[in-house]
Amino acid sequence: MFEGWDAVVLARAQFAFTMSFHIVFPAFSIGLASYLAVLEALWLWTGREVFINLFNYWLKIFAVAFGMGVVSGIVMSYQFGTNWSAFSDKTGPVIGPLMAYEVLTAFFLEAGFLGVMLFGLERVGHRLHFLATLMVAIGTLISAFWILSANSWMQTPAGYAVNTDGQFVAADWLKVIFNPSFPYRLVHMVLAAYLTTAFVVGAVGAFHLWRDSHLAGPRVMFSMAMWMATLVAPIQILAGDQHGLNTLEHQPIKIMAMEGHFESHKDGAPLILFGLPSQTAGKVKYAIEIPKLGSLVLKHSLDAPLKGLDTVPRENWPPVPITFWSFRIMVGMGFLMMGLGLFSLWERRRGALYHSRLLHLFAMAMGPAGFVAVLAGWITTETGRQPFTVYGLLRTVDSASPLAAPAVASSLIAFAIVYFAVFSAGVIYILRLMAQPPHHGEQGPQGDIPARAAGITPASGAAARGAA
Amino acid sequence: MTPAIDIATIWAFIIAFAVFVYVVMDGFDLGLGMLFPLFPNKSDRDVIMNSVAPVWDGNETWLVLGGGGMMAAFPLAYAVLMPALYTPVIAMLIGLIFRGVAFEFRWRTTQSERNRWDLAFAGGSLLATLAQGVALGAILQGIHVEGRQYAGGWWDWLTPFSILTGLALVVGYALLGATWLVMKTEGELRDRAYGLSWYLLFGMLGAIGAVSIATPFLHVQYAQRWFTWPNIILTAPVPIAVAAVTVMLLRSLAGRQDYRPFLLSLALFALSYAGLGISMYPYIVPQSITIWQAASPENSQLFMLFGVAVLVPLILGYTAWAYWVFRGKVKPESGYH
Repeated sequence: MFEGWDAVVLARAQFAFTMSFHIVFPAFSIGLASYLAVLEALWLWTGREVFINLFNYWLKIFAVAFGMGVVSGIVMSYQFGTNWSAFSDKTGPVIGPLMAYEVLTAFFLEAGFLGVMLFGLERVGHRLHFLATLMVAIGTLISAFWILSANSWMQTPAGYAVNTDGQFVAADWLKVIFNPSFPYRLVHMVLAAYLTTAFVVGAVGAFHLWRDSHLAGPRVMFSMAMWMATLVAPIQILAGDQHGLNTLEHQPIKIMAMEGHFESHKDGAPLILFGLPSQTAGKVKYAIEIPKLGSLVLKHSLDAPLKGLDTVPRENWPPVPITFWSFRIMVGMGFLMMGLGLFSLWERRRGALYHSRLLHLFAMAMGPAGFVAVLAGWITTETGRQPFTVYGLLRTVDSASPLAAPAVASSLIAFAIVYFAVFSAGVIYILRLMAQPPHHGEQGPQGDIPARAAGITPASGAAARGAA
Repeated sequence: MTPAIDIATIWAFIIAFAVFVYVVMDGFDLGLGMLFPLFPNKSDRDVIMNSVAPVWDGNETWLVLGGGGMMAAFPLAYAVLMPALYTPVIAMLIGLIFRGVAFEFRWRTTQSERNRWDLAFAGGSLLATLAQGVALGAILQGIHVEGRQYAGGWWDWLTPFSILTGLALVVGYALLGATWLVMKTEGELRDRAYGLSWYLLFGMLGAIGAVSIATPFLHVQYAQRWFTWPNIILTAPVPIAVAAVTVMLLRSLAGRQDYRPFLLSLALFALSYAGLGISMYPYIVPQSITIWQAASPENSQLFMLFGVAVLVPLILGYTAWAYWVFRGKVKPESGYH
C-alpha cells in the first residue's frame, strides 16, 4: 500500500494534521492561564467568593485542555526528527537552541508549578498558590515567545551563516531571535490566544445567562469576556494590519497569494474581496473587486504600483487558493469579533448586557470563532511561505526524511485515528464541564476526590447526560 | 586531536543527564501504568493515580528536553536516529498520548468509560515503555548511515536484541513503579506492592544479565571496551556495584524499609545506564557517528550551555519543591486534602 504516493506530501499532511490539532490547545491554554491568574488575583484582592468559584470552574477545564496540549506537543518535538530529518540537520544549530530554551524556560516552569496549581491550594496556602498560578501563566507566554521566534526565523531568516556541511549556523543570536517578523507575529498570536479564550468564556457565560440571567458567576465571566472582545478585537485588527505590512516587506509573494494578485498593477491594484483563484490558469475567476483599494491597504496610496505573481517563477508560487481563502476566513472572523464587542458595548450601555437574548445568541455562536481564526491564520502564513521551510533558502522537498511512503502513510493513519478518538473525547469532557454553571462552593480538580470515590455525583451525571 | 574535555563532551553528558532524569522520573510513572491491571480495585487505582498526578507532566518534560536538546546540540545524530527509530518513536508518542490524557479524563466520566481510560493508561504506558526499550536496543545494535542520512529500511530496528531490551525496560520500569508504591502507599496496597517488587527485582536482574551478555556479541568494539586490559579496571566496578546494590535491595525488601527499595532500584538503573554509557562512548550513533561529528557549531552549544548552567539547577529546585509539597503517603479517602 501507498508505494506510489509521494512521501513528502504525506509528511506535510502529517505535520499539518498534528499541528492543527495541537495549536488549538495552546491557543486556548495561553489565554486561559492568564485568565485564571486574573481571577485568582481578584479573589485574593476582593475576597469575593464568585472569583474563587470561577477560578475553580475554569481550572478543571484548564487541566483537561492542558493535558491534551502537553501530549500533542511532545509529538511535535519529535516530528522534526522523524519526518523532517534533513531540515533538522540543516537548521538544528539555529532553531534547536530556540526550542531548547523554550523547554528550559517555559515547559519546565509550567509543568513544575502545574501540580501545585491544580492540587495544592490546601497544601501551600493562598500566596504560594497564586505564585504557582502566575508561574504557569508566565510559562505559557514564554513558550509562545520562543516557539514564535523559531517559526519567525523560518519565515524571515536573519543573523545566520552557512557552514561547510550545509548547515545554518548563528552569526548573531540577537538577530536570530529578534528576526524581522518575530515581534509582529508574537503580538498577533498572543492577542489571538487571549481572544480565543475570551470568546470561549463569553460563549459559556452566554449559555448559562440564556438559561438563567441572574447567575452571579456567568454574569461576571460574560462581562469580562465582552470587555476583552470590545477592547482587544480592534487592537488585534490593527496588529494584524501591521503584521501584513511586515509580510509585504519580507515575504511579498505570500501577500500576492493572500490577495489573489496574479497580475502586476502599475497604477493601483484592486482589492479582491471574493473570487475563485485558479493556480493553473493564474487568475482569479469571478472576482469581486474594488479598484485601487488593494494599493491603499498595502501601500497606503491609491496609485501605488504592486507586483503580482506574474513576476515570480511558477516553481516558487505558494498554493494560492488555500492562502487566499484561509486569509479571508481569518479576517472575516476578526471583524465578526469586533462586531460582537461593539454590540456588547451597546447593550452594556443600555443596561441589557445580562438580558439581551440576541447578544447571548451571537456570543454563543462566536464561541469557536477564536479557534477558527487561529487555524485560518496559521494556514495562511504556513501555506503562504511554501514551497520553502526556511524562506527562500531551503525548499520543503529538500527538508524531508529519507523515508518510504508506506512508513509515513502508516504513521499518518495512526495519528489520525488516535487524535480523533482521544481528543474528541477530551472535547466532550470539556463541554460537559461547561454545560454546568459555576456554583456556590465550586471545587477545583483536587476537590473532586470525595466525589470521585463515590463515583460521579448525581448533579454532574445529570449535566453529563444533558450534554451528551 | 580532540581534547578530552571539550564542549561537545559536556553536551553529551548534559543530554545523557536529561535522558537519565527522564528515566528516573518517568520510569516509575510508566511502571505504575503497567501495574494498573494488577490492581482492579477502584480505590487502589485512585491512590496509584493520585500518587503521580501532580508531577507526571514535569516528568515527561525531560523527554522533550532530551529530544529538543539533541536537535540543538547534536542535530546530525537527531536527524539520523529519528528516521532510523521511526516506528518505535511514533509508537512511544502514541502510547504517551493515551496514558497522558487518562490522568484527567478518568475523573471526568462514568464507570464504564473510566474502565476504558484505565485501559488506555495501562496500554499506553506499556506501549511507550516497550518502544523506548526497543529504541535503545536498536541504537546499540547499530544504524546504517550513508553521508549525513539514515540509509536503512523502516523495519531495521526490529531484531531479537531490540525485543530483549524492550522487555527488559518493561520489567525495569515496573520494578520502579512497584517500589514507588511501597514508598507512597500504606496497608494492603503496600503489601501487594512489596510482593510484586520481589518478582520484578528478580526479573530485572535477569534482564540486566541477558542484555549484558548479549551486548558484547553485537560489536567487537563493545567486547573490547569491557574486557580488555586496562579498560577492565574501569569497567569491572560496574558489575561489582550491581551485585552490592542488589544485596542491599533484597535486604531492604525483606526488612520492609519503605523508602529504600525505590531509591536502590534507581541505583540499579543508574548503574545499568553507566554501563550503556561505557559501551557507547564516544559514539552517539554507535560505530558510525561520534559526538564530535554530530556536534552543533560551538557557538550554538555555548549559547545553550549558558541557559543550562543557570536554568537546570533552578528547574531541579522547583521540581524538588513540587515533590516536597506532595510528599508522604497518599491516603485513599482524603486525596490531597
